[in-house]
Amino acid sequence: MQTKTKSSFATIDANEACASVAYRLSETIAIYPITPSSPMAESCDEWSAAGKNNVWDTVPHLVQMQSEAGVAGTIHGMLQTGTLTTTFTASQGLLLMIPNMYKIAGELLPFVMHVSARTLATHALSIFGDHSDVMACRQTGFAMLCSANAQEAHDFAAVTHAATLRSRVPFLHFFDGFRTSHEVAKLLILTNDQLLATQDEECINSFRDLALTPDAPRIRGTAQNPDTFFQAREGCNQYYDRLPDLLEQGFEQFATVAGRRYGLFEYAGHPEADRVVVVMGSGIETVEETAAYLNEKGAKLGVLKVRLFRPFSIKHFMAALPKSVKAIAVLDRTKEPGAVGEPLYQDVITALAEARADGQLHFDCEPVVVGGRFGLSSKEFTPTMAKAVFDNLQLERPKNHFTVGINDDVTGLSLPYDPAFDIEASDVTRSVFFGLGADGTVGANKNSIKIIGEETDNYAQGYFVYDSKKSGAITISHLRFGPRPIRAPYLVSKANFVACHQWEFLDKYDVLDYADEGAVFLLNSVYAADKVWDEFSVEVQETIIRKKLKVFVIDAYSVARETGMGGRINTIMQTCFFAISGVLPREEAIAQIKKAIEKTYSKKGAEVVQKNFAAVDQTLAALHQVPAATAVTSSRRMPPTVSPDAPEFIQKVTALMLANKGDLLPVSAFPVDGTWPVGTTKWEKRNIALEIPVWDSSICIQCNKCATVCPHAAIRAKYYDADCLSTAPETFKSVDFRTTEADLKGMKFTIQVAPEDCTGCMLCVAVCPAKDKTNPKHKAIDMMPQPPIRETERVNYDYFLNLPNPDRKRIKAEVKSVQFFEPLFEYSGACAGCGETPYLKLLTQMYGDRLYIANATGCSSIYGGNLPTTPYTVNAEGRGPAWSNSLFEDNAEYGFGQRLALDKLVNYTSELLQLRAPAIGDDLVKALLTADQSSEAGIEDQRARVVALRAKLVTASDKESLRLAKLADYLVKKSVWIVGGDGWAYDIGFGGLDHVLAMGRDVNILVLDTEVYSNTGGQASKSTPLGAVAKFAASGKNTAKKDLGMIAMSYGSAYVARIAFGAKDSQTVQAFKEAESFEGTSLIIAYSHCIAHGYGMQLGLEQQKLAVETGYWPLFRYDPRRRAAGEPMLKLDSAAPKTALSKYLANEIRFRMLEKSNPEIAKELHGRAQENIESRWHLYEEHSKIKEDQEVAADGTSAA
Amino acid sequence: MNTTVNYLGLQLKSPLMAGASPMAASLDLVRRLEDAGAGAIVMNSLFEEQLDREDSAKHSFVDKVSSISPEAGSYLPALDDYHLSPDQYLQQIEKIKAAVSVPVIASLNGVTLGGWVQHADWIAKAGADAIELNVYYMPTDPKETDHDVQKRVLDILAAVKRVVSIPVSVKLSPFFTALPNFAGALANAGAAGLVLFNRFYQPDIDIEELDIRPTLFLSDSSELLLRLRWLAILSATMDTPMAVSGGVHTAHDAIKAIMAGASAVQMVSCLLKNGPEHLGKISKEMVQWLEEHEYESVQQMRGSMSLRNCADRSGFERANYMRVLQGWRFAD
Repeated sequence: MQTKTKSSFATIDANEACASVAYRLSETIAIYPITPSSPMAESCDEWSAAGKNNVWDTVPHLVQMQSEAGVAGTIHGMLQTGTLTTTFTASQGLLLMIPNMYKIAGELLPFVMHVSARTLATHALSIFGDHSDVMACRQTGFAMLCSANAQEAHDFAAVTHAATLRSRVPFLHFFDGFRTSHEVAKLLILTNDQLLATQDEECINSFRDLALTPDAPRIRGTAQNPDTFFQAREGCNQYYDRLPDLLEQGFEQFATVAGRRYGLFEYAGHPEADRVVVVMGSGIETVEETAAYLNEKGAKLGVLKVRLFRPFSIKHFMAALPKSVKAIAVLDRTKEPGAVGEPLYQDVITALAEARADGQLHFDCEPVVVGGRFGLSSKEFTPTMAKAVFDNLQLERPKNHFTVGINDDVTGLSLPYDPAFDIEASDVTRSVFFGLGADGTVGANKNSIKIIGEETDNYAQGYFVYDSKKSGAITISHLRFGPRPIRAPYLVSKANFVACHQWEFLDKYDVLDYADEGAVFLLNSVYAADKVWDEFSVEVQETIIRKKLKVFVIDAYSVARETGMGGRINTIMQTCFFAISGVLPREEAIAQIKKAIEKTYSKKGAEVVQKNFAAVDQTLAALHQVPAATAVTSSRRMPPTVSPDAPEFIQKVTALMLANKGDLLPVSAFPVDGTWPVGTTKWEKRNIALEIPVWDSSICIQCNKCATVCPHAAIRAKYYDADCLSTAPETFKSVDFRTTEADLKGMKFTIQVAPEDCTGCMLCVAVCPAKDKTNPKHKAIDMMPQPPIRETERVNYDYFLNLPNPDRKRIKAEVKSVQFFEPLFEYSGACAGCGETPYLKLLTQMYGDRLYIANATGCSSIYGGNLPTTPYTVNAEGRGPAWSNSLFEDNAEYGFGQRLALDKLVNYTSELLQLRAPAIGDDLVKALLTADQSSEAGIEDQRARVVALRAKLVTASDKESLRLAKLADYLVKKSVWIVGGDGWAYDIGFGGLDHVLAMGRDVNILVLDTEVYSNTGGQASKSTPLGAVAKFAASGKNTAKKDLGMIAMSYGSAYVARIAFGAKDSQTVQAFKEAESFEGTSLIIAYSHCIAHGYGMQLGLEQQKLAVETGYWPLFRYDPRRRAAGEPMLKLDSAAPKTALSKYLANEIRFRMLEKSNPEIAKELHGRAQENIESRWHLYEEHSKIKEDQEVAADGTSAA
Repeated sequence: MNTTVNYLGLQLKSPLMAGASPMAASLDLVRRLEDAGAGAIVMNSLFEEQLDREDSAKHSFVDKVSSISPEAGSYLPALDDYHLSPDQYLQQIEKIKAAVSVPVIASLNGVTLGGWVQHADWIAKAGADAIELNVYYMPTDPKETDHDVQKRVLDILAAVKRVVSIPVSVKLSPFFTALPNFAGALANAGAAGLVLFNRFYQPDIDIEELDIRPTLFLSDSSELLLRLRWLAILSATMDTPMAVSGGVHTAHDAIKAIMAGASAVQMVSCLLKNGPEHLGKISKEMVQWLEEHEYESVQQMRGSMSLRNCADRSGFERANYMRVLQGWRFAD
């Protein structure tokens, strides 16, 4: 946030750059989190919480709504009542605002929304950037202005806030999601004085006059009829006609204030260009730089930059095009299947046609125009691709409706490009850093950018690429530094500095592929400079020699340990970068790093600063160059990405994606409709745990709790026939199975760890109750370093998996024994220690072979369905969960639809069965139709009957029999589960959830309640508790958590349970069982500890216990079936609160944060939270005593 | 009745005060302590260990998860004023200084010579009138000698003295061999006062869970006896002002401590139990007792029962055990 009077440089991303202006020019802000726009709302929330003023010296009021639709309605109301208003959104969120956008535009209400443009979900969801969302708004009547970089995002925010007031047309200001929104760049910040100078006080007064007021009432929102609507609708035309000129004046005024000049359409390139590319967004810079480079070499190329897309001003467009142009390519960053062409292309074609009709064509000869698509879902758009577009225009018949950046080997639309073409100047330092999400690489790089961008005259750029997995996630940082503004919105491919902060990446990724010839390669290595060469694989050695790389090593973890930094290597690796990259003189760089450390840590105390200083100083002594080698000496090859045993699709497609080479896959490699094979996580052996659990069979009590709590299904239990052991590997551990069932005596039992899939979260160790009596430190499960036992345990695990699974019919659905059911959800990318996934794993164990999961967007859809690999898998019979994700907001309805479809299919199949009964046999038909499928045995028997049915139908050829054979599997009971987080259930999807609860159909709703929007970074939901700090509740949530269970219970017809597996796992299993068997709607609210709570996840179970003991999370089951037995429907499963809430609160940073930032408010809110707990417990207790009438007849009299 | 005493070079209107406790976290309680007649406010401790842990906690649970997903730059809001740091403590000093007129003694708890010693300077700059150093340390390493343990305390005292000019007292544990010698060394190293003694969490064992359970019981008057003895012994040979801490629950307890040589009387358990106003009650009863016994001032009785002045010095030195034994023999 900038409030100084003199304009200064900052290194920030476009989200912050844009929000900084939007905040300062607004009075009211309504928000809702959605990637990649959430950081804009988060910044505003933090500024508002800190009491920062806008340019009119008042703090903007900020409100979070339940959805973007809610935001849009709120905005409409705020505008109608006369406050300067803004919001931030993207993608599906923007779609939810469309109805109000029509209203706001129709009423000519001045307003600006800022959009970090993101892909709309089609065959798949994508969080990344393109223009498919904003293009869905081009018909709403909003003006649309596009920024191409962070400076423009900052500047255009100012321009649009002024222009909307002058023109009365609302604006959608957008820039490319991620590529622009998240790229850190050096830009000039507008001061408050400058911002004020761009705004027009008179227009603000006029806006206030538009506001509705009972002091001078007018009415809006009338309904009009055929006689008047049309004419009245045409009344706005003049406002759109005027807008381009008004905006142009606005740009002029801005230029006088800030010194930066922009136009509605801007041309750059050769003044007599024969080929011109028309493009919008960050692609502009790539095309412009490429054109400039090729023009130097004699070409005549140009780029027409589109800023104002709506209203599309033909006058300004034509004026900007050079008359020399012979061929035009229009690039759209969106796809409109079935259209003549994409939107910008169609507009350009139309503009040229209209200009021709009006006699306004000024060209030497009429240009050829082609359109093409690029950059969907942040697909790279590089200079060589821009060159391919120019090259296409040189063809006699340029390819139209082309794509660029991919290989379309199906419809042949893609343009070929030369991967070797490169335009980057030699005086730009290009660096690539491979790090772990947890090792601070990204943070250190952002800090380096700050140092260079803000402390020197150089320019800097940073862009960060993340993993799809949240545990052991890798990050790749792409940094550029140079003497001129950096205009390269694409990844670094030929780096002169490559750093690898984790040794094991060398065996997983082609790290050195990024290195240019002669580049410096910095490696964090436990091997010393004179030893490391022999440790490299053949591939690494070859590349180092071929590219003549200068290799440096440092044992950063040792330096960190020795200097008291624990496991923190970020400052050490940053120091190495400055010491050997030459981007700054070494002494100056060190001084700057220290200055930054002081700035960051001074408030934390001198000790931390001194430790960091020591780390910096010792780094230089520990950094060594590896002597140059000339010959490959290694015999070790890089291991294959996936096992050679993996199926063909995994080998050909998934493996490339895992190796960061997914860009190379052609169109033909993919399913056309987003359908994807399941059970693929098992092929990705991530080996991310430094330590893994090791089982001591001699003290194990066979409680299976370790398997119950494992979030990744990486520790499993099995009993099996002793004969199986004859071929067991030598180190395979086994003991006699403890059982009370006579026929199972003599069986063997094993707890086995999946060494390469375990994330090392330690929940299993935390839960293990079996302690060695002489040495209680040692439990039946202990953590041990993974590398020494990786191989033996891998073999043991394979052996374990191949042991026969216990007969499902024999397994009781009780907490201990359910762990003998095979999990059909395994090795997901969820955080280590995730509190949600144990529930899902359990669900797949109990019902996975007949399970439908409708999954709301959020964490569970990301670890559940984000490629390259997905965790839902199949059993030996090939059955497993049918998982899918529709949207965020519609999940209850989506799962409900699946239930309705299933019910109809069952119903139709039953009808067919009855119709064909004479041929099939009455006994079988009757058995199929009346089967008791309430147990595993019942399910299995029914499956056998379906097999028998099919056998009878084999020879039949009548239509009904053929249909019956097709649908026969639906006769086996299916279980429909609707799964999502609290953001969905409490907020955006609550309307649907409520409706589904009221409908009473047989669906089971599982709410994984983390009490925040976890996936987007911990924003508050209505589930967030009183007194917790969350994003969008930075000053502490001051309202109580919504009691969703009570709301659901109020219907009296739904099964409702509140569970916490860490506190009472038996109740969790019981609730799942009851919900599934309940022939109506069930709702389970499941406590899910989460990294957003701010504590170590290995303590998650302890914290769950405390949550229950303090009454923070009372456990209960409300079962309408109890009514018939004359019992109270609500049964409390936990005791009255016996521990003070403060004991629970003290363990989590989300609560402690408020105690630190605002002790008085913390005291008040936490006090109220304790009171709420007591009163709620009282309410539950009373409720649990109420016996309701069995049935109430229609006339209100009791029928019981 | 003249109740003024000199403690750490500070002129206190009463020897009674609340010892280091959570009470200082509340301005309301602090004001009530002053109203009840407290001669000074001793703040809760700023713990080196806590600073360290909070720093690592923030690192582990906030920083380390801040770059794991493209969708979330962090999982908690970045608040400028969220400091896992001494800032809040320093602000509390300022607030207390503004709220009361009696001297404010800050308390610093640490066992290493790290950069945290610097915090003493910030504490002084924030306006504290004195610092009470709490150097409690469990020597579990068999290689460490008694000399090492004492040197650690002396070094920390010296380091703190180097950065501040306000008086620094040292709060001791009773577990020192040759305590008078060590107390003298502390005085020579510049300790402006000694506080006798610290009380600690004691580990208990859970025999079901095979686990350790830390426990802390509030004190009672029986704990005073150990302190009376050492006050009497140390004050006999040293001029360094001393405070008693632990076991003072009544006016009589306070009187005994002062007679044994204490200049200041710190109370925690009885105030936690009965509220800050209890200090006023004790003060009133003490004055009443002094008046009834025709004392002119508190100072008059201070040290009257020290080893130097009391009639039967052997009573403090060794004879208790003997006398009890003899008493049993006579009873036979």
